Amino acid sequence: MTDITATSTGDAAVSPSRTLAGIFEAAGPLIALILLMLIGSLMSDSFLGAENLSNVFTRSAIIGIIAVGATFVITAGGLDLSVGSLSALVAGVTIMFMNSAAEVLGPGWQLVAAGIVCSLVVGAAAGLLNGVMIVKGRVEAFIVTLGAMGIFRSIITWLADGGSISLDFSLRDAARPIYYGQVLGIAVPILVLAVIAIVGELVLRRMRFGRHVAAIGSNRHVAFYSAIPVNRVRILTYVIQGLCVAIATVIYVPRLGAATPSTGLMWELEAIAAVIIGGTALSGGFGRIWGTIVGVLILGFISNILNLAGFVSPYLNGAFQGAIIIIAVLLQRDRSQG
Amino acid sequence: MFDRLKSILAAGAVVIASLATPALAADAVIGVSIPAATHGWTGGLNYHTKRTIDRMKEAFPNIDFVLATSSSATQQVNDIEDLMARNINALVVLPFESDPLTEPVKAAKAKGVFIATVDRGLAEEGIEDLYVGGDNPQYGTAAAEYFKKKFPDGGKIVVMRGIPTAIDNIRIDAFNAALKDTKIEVLDMQYANWNPDKGFEVMQDYLQRFPEINGVWAGDDDAALGAIEAIKQAERKNVTVLGGSGMNKVIKLVMDGHDMVDADIFYPPTLIIPAIELVTMKFATQAPINGRYVLGSPLITKDNAAEYYFPDAPY
Repeated sequence: MTDITATSTGDAAVSPSRTLAGIFEAAGPLIALILLMLIGSLMSDSFLGAENLSNVFTRSAIIGIIAVGATFVITAGGLDLSVGSLSALVAGVTIMFMNSAAEVLGPGWQLVAAGIVCSLVVGAAAGLLNGVMIVKGRVEAFIVTLGAMGIFRSIITWLADGGSISLDFSLRDAARPIYYGQVLGIAVPILVLAVIAIVGELVLRRMRFGRHVAAIGSNRHVAFYSAIPVNRVRILTYVIQGLCVAIATVIYVPRLGAATPSTGLMWELEAIAAVIIGGTALSGGFGRIWGTIVGVLILGFISNILNLAGFVSPYLNGAFQGAIIIIAVLLQRDRSQG
Repeated sequence: MFDRLKSILAAGAVVIASLATPALAADAVIGVSIPAATHGWTGGLNYHTKRTIDRMKEAFPNIDFVLATSSSATQQVNDIEDLMARNINALVVLPFESDPLTEPVKAAKAKGVFIATVDRGLAEEGIEDLYVGGDNPQYGTAAAEYFKKKFPDGGKIVVMRGIPTAIDNIRIDAFNAALKDTKIEVLDMQYANWNPDKGFEVMQDYLQRFPEINGVWAGDDDAALGAIEAIKQAERKNVTVLGGSGMNKVIKLVMDGHDMVDADIFYPPTLIIPAIELVTMKFATQAPINGRYVLGSPLITKDNAAEYYFPDAPY
């Protein structure tokens, strides 16, 4: 990408042109989501029911939180393929930690708190490792995180002896409210996602750190000569990604109380897809968290509708998902310049 | 700093290379080719394979083993070619898919390698010297019989399929055939990939879509565990969940009299154990080995659950 195009997309993002195409570009993912929900409500009576919507939002929270982190990484021109494996690893380590710490702390909130701290530490450490290898080691992000993806996945498989690592049944009641609980009638994972999305949006769009992230993604060299601490900011984006994975895992573990070698399989692709559907540039330089959240919901609702409607042969589910993803992105591209 | 790290790594590699001595010549080399741990069942398979190989190595030091785990049928073909390059005398193979693996195994056989197939046969008959397998059609039939007995006056059930593969098709075909002309109504079938997370999501959506569900065949114990959580969350009552394959956690539920799960279908990853042991015996003790060894897929209920319960296994 040349500097000139980078600047122009940047400008368009800051002040969207008032033309119809501009509005479409800015609100594209939202329009796609509304269309999808219209289709869903026509296909199935239960689609718009409060319970179904709550189910899909709650499920999407896990990928959603990971995708918020991915928005930072991608906006800075990076990429993290290791998030799915890292979720599995963090889940496994946290469960093992909680099982062994239960004797000391008892099956109460102290144990849950300790489990959350444990997963945040593991997640942040893994993110820091990725970031340092990429930035200081000068290895491409694709290679480092592809390697990390294999390493994390193998470690969890090894820890689990190929089977599953389960939270002791006596401890599950303490952790269960994190996924199944409600505050003011809203499921806890939805609230957590909302808080993280709002904080993420503010940091990325309103704070200096977020502007540095976008500047580095636009042009790393210009950012460097503008006295932006490029290396530190880039490493921090991977740490943020690691923390987001850890928070997502904290929500994931109480759901089924187990981690297996197949936990988080393909989550990295879902997270990256959500980020791009939401309008963040894969080449970096521009990102928006609200778009990412809409992207996650689009992905969540597609599979929900396919399950609810049952009108498509299950053999073809993947094809529908693929087509809708492409259309969602097609809707928001500026094609005026040919 | 990284330059120094690089030179340390390079030096380390040289040291390791010089330490690795050429393998001592063994009387026989047995190659084992199995799928990698892509879901709980294959995880158990990997665990038992490694355990059996270690035990056999200890008992018969003159027999050597080479294990290859593959994440796809294509990779398994490559792995078998690599095993052939190591001059194996016998090949124990659990084929990912029957069709693509038939030619490479046939080629191995033509070179005089003793062939043992596990779980799935090959597309052509007469290639393998030994077959050790579970009974996949019976797996589907046992599930169908269970629901027929459970709901003699008819019932509405939903089904979760596995990972789209030949064995999944065989099981589902047998299941459908056994339910033909009965009062059991299958509302829908969706793929849940033998995975607890997918089982949870598919079950949530089934519960939204169908106001009345009497039974769920999750096809696999991992998926069943996900389904149970979804039913619990929706607070639906009187839904019977049947999984399959005999995961220890689910057998424990059956033993303890869980309100949703009162049975399981046996189809254990432990079937790799007799295959490896028999082939080892052939070379270690010259025991005459060939033919077919088929392990049944009986229904596990509270009465016989203890017989199938392995609390220490990872699956």
